Amino acid sequence: MHASIILLLPFFSALVILLGHRQLKGAAVLISVGSSIISFIACLALLAAADDKENTKLLLPFLDIGYLHANIDVLIDKQSRGMMFIVSFIGMLVHIFSLGYMKDDDAKPRFFGSLSLFMFSMTGIVLAGNLIMMFIFWELVGLSSYLLIGHWYQKASAAEACKKAFLTNRIGDFGFMIGILLLFGANGGSVNIEDLTTAFGPGGTLGIHAPGHSAGFTTAAALCIFLGAVGKSAQFPLHVWLPDAMEGPTPVSALIHAATMVAAGVYMLVRVRFLIEASPLAAEIIAGIGAVTALMAALMATQQNDIKRILAYSTLSQLGYMVMAVGAVAMSVQHGHELHGPNPGHPAMFHLYTHAFFKAMLFLGSGAIIYACHHEQDIWKMGGLRKHMPVTFYTFLIGTLALMGLPWITSGFYSKEAILGAAYDSGCSILFHSASLTALLTSFYMMRLVIVAFFGKSRTDSARHAKEVEVIMLLPLVILAVFSVFSAWKTFADTLQAYKPAHEEPHATVLFASIAAFLIGTGGAIYLYRGKDKDPINIKLFANKFYFDEIYAVIVRVCQDRLAWIVTALERVLVDGLVARLPTAIVARLGAATRMLQGGHLQGYTFLLGGGVIAVIYLVVFVLPRLGH
Amino acid sequence: MSVLELIIALPLLAALAIWLGAPARAASLAATSINLILVLYTAVQYWGKTGLAFTYSRPILENPSLSFAVGADGISIILALLTTLVMLAAIWQIHDRPDIFYVSSLLIGGGALGAFLTTDIFFIYAFHELALIPTFLMIALHGRAEPAYRKAVAWKATIYLGVGSLVLLAGLVWLVLEFSGGSKLTFDLEALRSQARLNPLPDAKQAQIFFVLLLGFGSLVSLFPFHSWAAPAYATAPTPVAMLHSGVLKKFGLYGLIRIALPLLPHGAHVEWVQNALLLMLLGNILIMGLVTIHAKRLDDTLANSSVMHMGYIFLGIAAGTEIALKGAVILMFAHGISIALLFGLLGRMRNQLGTLEYNKLGGLASHAPAFTVLFAFGTFASIGLPGLTNFAGEVLIFLGNFTDFKAGVMTNLQWTVILALWGVVMSAVYMLRAYRSIFHGSPATGLFMIDPALSQRVPFIMLAATLLVTGCCPWLLLNLMKSAL
Repeated sequence: MHASIILLLPFFSALVILLGHRQLKGAAVLISVGSSIISFIACLALLAAADDKENTKLLLPFLDIGYLHANIDVLIDKQSRGMMFIVSFIGMLVHIFSLGYMKDDDAKPRFFGSLSLFMFSMTGIVLAGNLIMMFIFWELVGLSSYLLIGHWYQKASAAEACKKAFLTNRIGDFGFMIGILLLFGANGGSVNIEDLTTAFGPGGTLGIHAPGHSAGFTTAAALCIFLGAVGKSAQFPLHVWLPDAMEGPTPVSALIHAATMVAAGVYMLVRVRFLIEASPLAAEIIAGIGAVTALMAALMATQQNDIKRILAYSTLSQLGYMVMAVGAVAMSVQHGHELHGPNPGHPAMFHLYTHAFFKAMLFLGSGAIIYACHHEQDIWKMGGLRKHMPVTFYTFLIGTLALMGLPWITSGFYSKEAILGAAYDSGCSILFHSASLTALLTSFYMMRLVIVAFFGKSRTDSARHAKEVEVIMLLPLVILAVFSVFSAWKTFADTLQAYKPAHEEPHATVLFASIAAFLIGTGGAIYLYRGKDKDPINIKLFANKFYFDEIYAVIVRVCQDRLAWIVTALERVLVDGLVARLPTAIVARLGAATRMLQGGHLQGYTFLLGGGVIAVIYLVVFVLPRLGH
Repeated sequence: MSVLELIIALPLLAALAIWLGAPARAASLAATSINLILVLYTAVQYWGKTGLAFTYSRPILENPSLSFAVGADGISIILALLTTLVMLAAIWQIHDRPDIFYVSSLLIGGGALGAFLTTDIFFIYAFHELALIPTFLMIALHGRAEPAYRKAVAWKATIYLGVGSLVLLAGLVWLVLEFSGGSKLTFDLEALRSQARLNPLPDAKQAQIFFVLLLGFGSLVSLFPFHSWAAPAYATAPTPVAMLHSGVLKKFGLYGLIRIALPLLPHGAHVEWVQNALLLMLLGNILIMGLVTIHAKRLDDTLANSSVMHMGYIFLGIAAGTEIALKGAVILMFAHGISIALLFGLLGRMRNQLGTLEYNKLGGLASHAPAFTVLFAFGTFASIGLPGLTNFAGEVLIFLGNFTDFKAGVMTNLQWTVILALWGVVMSAVYMLRAYRSIFHGSPATGLFMIDPALSQRVPFIMLAATLLVTGCCPWLLLNLMKSAL
């Protein structure tokens, strides 16, 4: 009941708005915001009605043939309940914030319609009870992301960015689909998540100890599914679309490209953790890719100047953290460490929740700054905003401290510690060290951003004339700031059933690393950037994002466009030549030859006649009778 | 008298009436609207049933036994629905054109309906030929290019399809002779089916006949490497002809394979050499034509080549031959027909208003014509295979249907082909989104102007887009028509 409201309300909202937005005008906004509020209330009811019985319910039929049941069925368990709360809550706040931010936009109804479409698709991913349904909504969030990144499609950069996002995700979905097909085939036609959990569990048909277990198959399936998450959660090497996606309106960046959609990859990996836990190689690769993404993106973030891009690279880095945690937990399970507690959560999901609050907060805060500074995004053209926009400043500071992991106070500290703990338990010291280094860099670049944008003197007129934004935009900021602090508190985390810590007392090494990273990063940034008007360090490699875009441009040009050119030329010459032109030429020659034969020579005719008679006799006597049998 | 006979006769009678002087637009719109209602009526009647329904037979010859027999099951009804929808849209969007546009559309549509709804191989073949002739004539007479070029294009299509039809005829005759086994010849599909059940041919012979039929039907569907007639023909053909041929008539070859070749030669497609040949050819469609489409620089080239490419997926469903894959193939035939007709219809309007289809001369049309853009987006995302639009349901069933006999760790040739074919889904997204980006996004190019079609001109396109949305969100609507095993 609740689940169908949560899923279908935004669908009808999107349908009504996108099909009739020119007739609806202002009503479109009301429909969209209203549906997001009702969905949130329904989510609260879902959370309140929580019982620990996991259940899959059929909501709508989709494809049902023989033993294939690819339907819209919802799986409501602790993971989906918690995630649903995050999605609907932040979704609602972003809807409200957009009322102010998009006030003067001509295409407001289209914006809100796409936002509703996104809410629908994201809900579908969260509630999906089988992998095909998840794939369906996986693609649909891709569509809504495409529409929202390309909201200002007249700008060439936005038009390119939305195309890039969709295509990069398609490469990931290529792998996801193969993974689904492999599981579908191996599990006898069911890709239901609960069925798969049983099949890979103890005593199942596909588990590690099952007679039919094939390590190669399990690894291949896990890595193919993981490729889907690499696309959606922007992991190396498919991370390039996310920074460009900042071309979309800032509320979209907060909701889709920070808090929810990009985290869907992590959500999905935790959903299929049984698969990753069944393959040591896949677990190591996943942890490795996550660690590389986290570290690389943090390095890039230290040299960016666009406020939204800094946050985008930070999102990449944090997503890398979560993916690494998925791999690390699987590795420690393979080594015999079980997560403790009767109902253990997952560190990756825990960090996903806390990150959703403070990163959405930071993006909305940056939106407020951009709005106040008349669409100025360069932090070096800001400065001194602390005095002009006090509420924005303090909320932004809280969000920053949460992201940096201010010890014992902020939510980010606890969730980051859980991830560092998982890396420590994985038994791979490189993971732990690179995660700690990433934490240090995170403190550094976030402190740099705060100092340059909010402290010192205002460096341009747009910063000097910046005024605090209106209440409707501040309200979501304040609410999110509160959650950035409290969301790791025990009662709250328990309600979301997010995480029951594996260790009651954190490991001393982990605790030391996380506090040291915080102090060194913060201190370094204050030392380097206090009172500076331009960047004292200049590392081209980081500023130019390790030249990934340039390298990929070459690859696309050579491997796709040149290849397409060559294949087209060959197709014209060979296929057309062999199948069409050659026979045509032969027929033309034959025509000329027959014309010669009909030259009026009697001998020629007789000769032909004789040949013809023999051929007919042959056909009638030898060929036709055999055709009959 | 069966309702199917009425459905087949209506467009042909309307064409006759126009020839005799009836007002062309009114007569053809009336005939196709009534036809659509009749087909919907048969669909409702057939809902949840199995087997052949609405059968009726009029004997013509005693020996060889030949009769005008009609009958429909789910596949026929789905394809008849496709035909009537596309025919109505194609006729509706004709604007300020001579009567021959209406007549030829009615003949193509009527021929296709005849081919899909009769159950006698002789008439299935004859109706298809009836529909082909106006196609050639319209390309040669009213194509969108220099007279010399369009005549060449029409000749090329004629020769390819003519030779293809001949090969097909040879294959069909061979098939009928093999089954007649000394007793009297019959062309009745049901009689042949029961023969095939009782006395199946040896596998080697099945493979040979299947291969001949595959070549014949295949060249009608632009199976690689017999495809090079298709792209220029679609790019040159007048809009209603492009819509009807690429959307409907081209499905005839696939229909023939599913309706005639697979049931009569159930092992033919699975004999190793035939299967490998088919897989190679369909990979040619998907991968080679995918790259050719990426290279295209004009919208008509892109759409025409993409239509060749997408046939590969339907062949993939036929190659798998499992129930899931075949039902997916039928859904994809329907979906592709609707979406490509929608795109070719919109393309015709763009060509009339803008005079150019070259990407580097276009841009920013979304600002001029928002409703047109939304309609085009439906076609674009349908052909990309976005869930929620029908094409996805067909494609995913085909892919899944290839993995039903998967044993962990052992991949068959079919399954490797699926994985390669999946890369084609990425390529479709590349060329369609590139096209969409350069036509609709960006700032409006100077000197270009386009306005949204008036509401009455939008109706046919809205109808097609709504069909994609409804059957895409509820593909079980189509599956419920195909309860019987294929």
